[in-house]
Amino acid sequence: MTRHTQQPNRLARGGRVDRSRTLNFTFNGKRYQGHAGDTLASALLANGVDIVNRSFKYSRPRGIVAAGAEEPNALVQLGSTEAAQVPNVRATQQALFDGLTAQSTNGWPNVQRDVMSLVGKLGGRFMPPGFYYKTFMAPASLWMTYEKYIRKGAGLGRSPMERDPDSYDHLHQHCDLLVIGAGPAGLAAALTAAHGGARVILCDEQEEMGGSLLDSRELLDHQPASQWAGRVVEELAGLDNVTLLPRTTANGYHDHHFVTLHERRTEHLGETAPRVDGYRPARSRMHRVRAGQVLLTTGALERPLVYAGNDVPGNLVAGAVSTYIRRYGVVPGNQLVLSTSNDHAYRAALDWIDAGREVVAIVDARRNPDGELVEQARARGIRVITGSAVLEAQGSSRVSGARVATIDAKAFKVTGQAEILACDTIASSGGYSPVIHLASHTGARPAWDDEILGFVPSLVAGVYAAGSARGIHDLAEGLADGSAAAARALAALGRSAGAIELPQVAARREGAASALYQVPHEKPTLRAPKQFVDLQNDVTAAGIELATREGFESIEHVKRYTAMGFGTDQGKLGNINGMAIAARCLGKSIPEVGTTVFRPNYTPVTFGAIAGRHCRELFEPERYTAMHQWHVEHGAEFEEVGQWKRPWYFPQKRRAENGEQRMETMDEAVARECLAVREAVGILDASTLGKIDIQGPDAREFLGRVYTNKWAKLAPGRVRYGLMCKDDGMVMDDGTTSCLAENHFLMTTSTGGAAAVLEWLEIWHQTEWPELDVYFTSVTDHWATMTVTGPEARKLLAEITDIDLDRESFKFMDWREGQVAGVPARVFRISFTGELAYEINVQANYAMHVWKTLFAHGEKYDLTPYGTETMHVLRAEKGFIIAGQDTDGSVTPEDLGMHWAIGYDKPNSWIGKRALTRSDTKRSDRKQMVGLKPKDPKVVLEEGAQIVLDPSHAIPMPMVGHVTSSYYSPTLESGFALAVVKGGHQKMGDTVYLPMVDGQVHEAEIVSPIFLDPKGERQNV
Amino acid sequence: MFHIYCPHCAEHREEEEFHPKGQAHIARPMDPEACSDEEWGDYLFFRDNPRGIHHELWVHAVGCRKFFNITRNTVSYEILETYKVGEQPTITAESLSQDKKMTADGVTVADGGLQTEGESDSAVNTSKEAKV
Repeated sequence: MTRHTQQPNRLARGGRVDRSRTLNFTFNGKRYQGHAGDTLASALLANGVDIVNRSFKYSRPRGIVAAGAEEPNALVQLGSTEAAQVPNVRATQQALFDGLTAQSTNGWPNVQRDVMSLVGKLGGRFMPPGFYYKTFMAPASLWMTYEKYIRKGAGLGRSPMERDPDSYDHLHQHCDLLVIGAGPAGLAAALTAAHGGARVILCDEQEEMGGSLLDSRELLDHQPASQWAGRVVEELAGLDNVTLLPRTTANGYHDHHFVTLHERRTEHLGETAPRVDGYRPARSRMHRVRAGQVLLTTGALERPLVYAGNDVPGNLVAGAVSTYIRRYGVVPGNQLVLSTSNDHAYRAALDWIDAGREVVAIVDARRNPDGELVEQARARGIRVITGSAVLEAQGSSRVSGARVATIDAKAFKVTGQAEILACDTIASSGGYSPVIHLASHTGARPAWDDEILGFVPSLVAGVYAAGSARGIHDLAEGLADGSAAAARALAALGRSAGAIELPQVAARREGAASALYQVPHEKPTLRAPKQFVDLQNDVTAAGIELATREGFESIEHVKRYTAMGFGTDQGKLGNINGMAIAARCLGKSIPEVGTTVFRPNYTPVTFGAIAGRHCRELFEPERYTAMHQWHVEHGAEFEEVGQWKRPWYFPQKRRAENGEQRMETMDEAVARECLAVREAVGILDASTLGKIDIQGPDAREFLGRVYTNKWAKLAPGRVRYGLMCKDDGMVMDDGTTSCLAENHFLMTTSTGGAAAVLEWLEIWHQTEWPELDVYFTSVTDHWATMTVTGPEARKLLAEITDIDLDRESFKFMDWREGQVAGVPARVFRISFTGELAYEINVQANYAMHVWKTLFAHGEKYDLTPYGTETMHVLRAEKGFIIAGQDTDGSVTPEDLGMHWAIGYDKPNSWIGKRALTRSDTKRSDRKQMVGLKPKDPKVVLEEGAQIVLDPSHAIPMPMVGHVTSSYYSPTLESGFALAVVKGGHQKMGDTVYLPMVDGQVHEAEIVSPIFLDPKGERQNV
Repeated sequence: MFHIYCPHCAEHREEEEFHPKGQAHIARPMDPEACSDEEWGDYLFFRDNPRGIHHELWVHAVGCRKFFNITRNTVSYEILETYKVGEQPTITAESLSQDKKMTADGVTVADGGLQTEGESDSAVNTSKEAKV
């Protein structure tokens, strides 16, 4: 056949590529051409590119070995721009598109001349597993330096440093039957299920559905197998109950038939998704499929043989040779030697000779191979050398010859004199390993099958395997098996399968395969030239043998010691060979050694697909109050409290000494806001506080059980502060609860604790006290809350409400219903600032109107909006705790000095009561809440700072407590803090010390945690 | 990710809708004051961690907000049954050891509930055994 001059290995005809469409691409800076339908790998082979990478550890030149997901060497970095970078793409799975730009993942400074290869050549023999750790261990401080250079030399691909221009979607799917793999068994199964009316999803990781049928030599119904595949795919595409997902890899099988499918939608079109009507469609989709039943028709991967020099470019697995010739019209060399242990691999030699190139010899490990394919090869004049194997590949950057000799596989010995065959390509086949990865994800251990010399998947209920995926490699049997498995799966769902007519396949007599994994060499394994088991991780047969000699007997330990099957490879090509070698070294059988666990994902999944739309502003929902827009317009800085955006402080413009306008700092704003509340009136958006509506005849009884204090006598119109403990006696949350009516209460919780408190109430009601007639409803979002507080609060509110605000009739801890700014409102006279305060609750939709009305009337009182930071300062000045800041799950109400909120004499054993009488909760040296006043008023102690009694004590100093809240108070003109200190209640007036990281030691006095207005007169004006 | 049958909603829903709340059937002592410190400590802190059948309390947190119980195999992650608070499991480690056949054939559950489609150890077959 004639050759294309530009693509020396491209055949003039044959294959499924479109020769009329030429695509340009760049690999390692050089420009090449390929055709539509090529993968990057087939295009590189067509152009005669031998070296595609450097190996991970020894930096040896590597070529393309396989044609699919199992490719260990041809890992490339994709992308012509920074934002488009994609690391570790297998060239065998990347469809070629015009303008594709790729670089080898490994190789510094380049693949042709790699400085690290010195390590491989000189150090190679002396680089056993663990080499880096053993060699560069001392001094430990230098490891980081060594590592930097080793990593630079090794290379693992790199992430883009710019924002991804593409978007990714998540889809949630349901189906009766999920069929994974659209080869012969998968197509037959999908057709059977679809004709039965079942909802079917059929996915396949390749560019085109059909699997092995696309490069098969077999005839189905007397026509090329690919034609039957095309017809079936077309028929399935026309059925409403079938979803076809090509370019879609089933990467993980999770619990209860939950399978994640990664569909690549635009990666064959360009490095970013090409725009359609101005929009970029999603680059890929993650389908989260909950399947009724799952059928694995994932096929099998061919095992290469392990022989010396089997990593030199020009060594391929036999099936890949057929795939490149028959599917892509590319023949990856000129003179082939095939080393095999089975009939099936003979196809590679027949395809090679059909492509017009020379087959030097087929070297068969079996003494008397006699199958039909063997006879065909002999009839074509191919020399078949029996009872032999390729011991060693010769050459460095490309195979130049094969050393062949007779062997005794059982005795692991070379028995004859070696003959050297000149060739540039060696194809090998040691048999076929079912792809058991997904079945392994379920936790079921695969079982060894001596008949097929491979592991077959163990299957949990509802999961089926068919065809090659369970070792049935014969085409006719595989088709029937797929159809039968689909029928079984449907029967399990109570459905019947459709009747389909399977295509006719010519029967073929096949000889039995023999077991051959590692080919013996004249020298013992440890001295022989490197025989690679796992090409991606540079694991050799000698490495595995050494591992077993060093005492690693479990295959899981061998794996970890040698790195066999690590990383993106997940042992696709090498694992069985590695196990066989470990078994040989340990004198065990393969099933005795067992297999390692395969984990998701089957092939790497880009983070974008995993994140989907859950990124940037959609990463987490944001919650806004009804007044949010006002806060934005008035320049609020926001703080995130749970999912809520709360105004943190409201910086204002102020005139500096030089006359220029500038924005306030946070400290300046907070000081101004604090003084406004203490001296005039401030307003806080408190809508985010959790609000739970509690109704029912037993509501009061229930409150008495979940709060530490008493609720029996709280009358309608009254409000009470409540403290909630867990049953271990530790404070969990606090808030006020108001009696709205005899059987109706409104509970408030901390902003962050709202959901947890509601669930807490529910769990006690549902699991312990279902006899109580009480109902809980979250009304946080329904009511907006604004706190008007400060000496002028009453005057301001009086202007816009019909509620009688007289201090005698509307007392502190009362609530009233009425109109505020013309809308229905509940007004609560409770105070978190220590000042006169009204908390106005209105329906959220009215809130902006009420808020603005307050400001319209508030100007003359200098109404000042304040944020959470000022709220914190004001409450801390009063010694009011924040659950979760001043408590941490180890603080009792007694520790907080809140004896007044504990109803020890209540009739029921409320939650937490029993624990408060334990000896530990009664200790007098528990950490107790106190105030701290720094000796230097300018000092604001660090929250979390540790407290010691003797700063001259030798390190480690005994620590007696820590700061929980600390601020600067403009009212006190001093820093102040809340803290917990061992036995603190008995230490009033003592001096403590706070040694800081920078060497400073702060001095502070233990004082009452109530810094301002201890008698509470200000809130009662 | 589990597929959980909520006995209140009478539907299978995704695990994302649920929260696990620890071991089921931990009853608060009727008279806490009568408990010794050790008994109280047992109630508060000590939980089983079995390999195999376990009864767990879950809540349909973003669904009906109801609590219910799950009998789950902690090895295979199979959910054998779900049942309402106040009911007793029909499947226990003891019942299974008495009748090993039960899991292979599927099981019946409390109060008409359905068990989640699952897979128990005994339901695992190697594919070659099932060869047709």
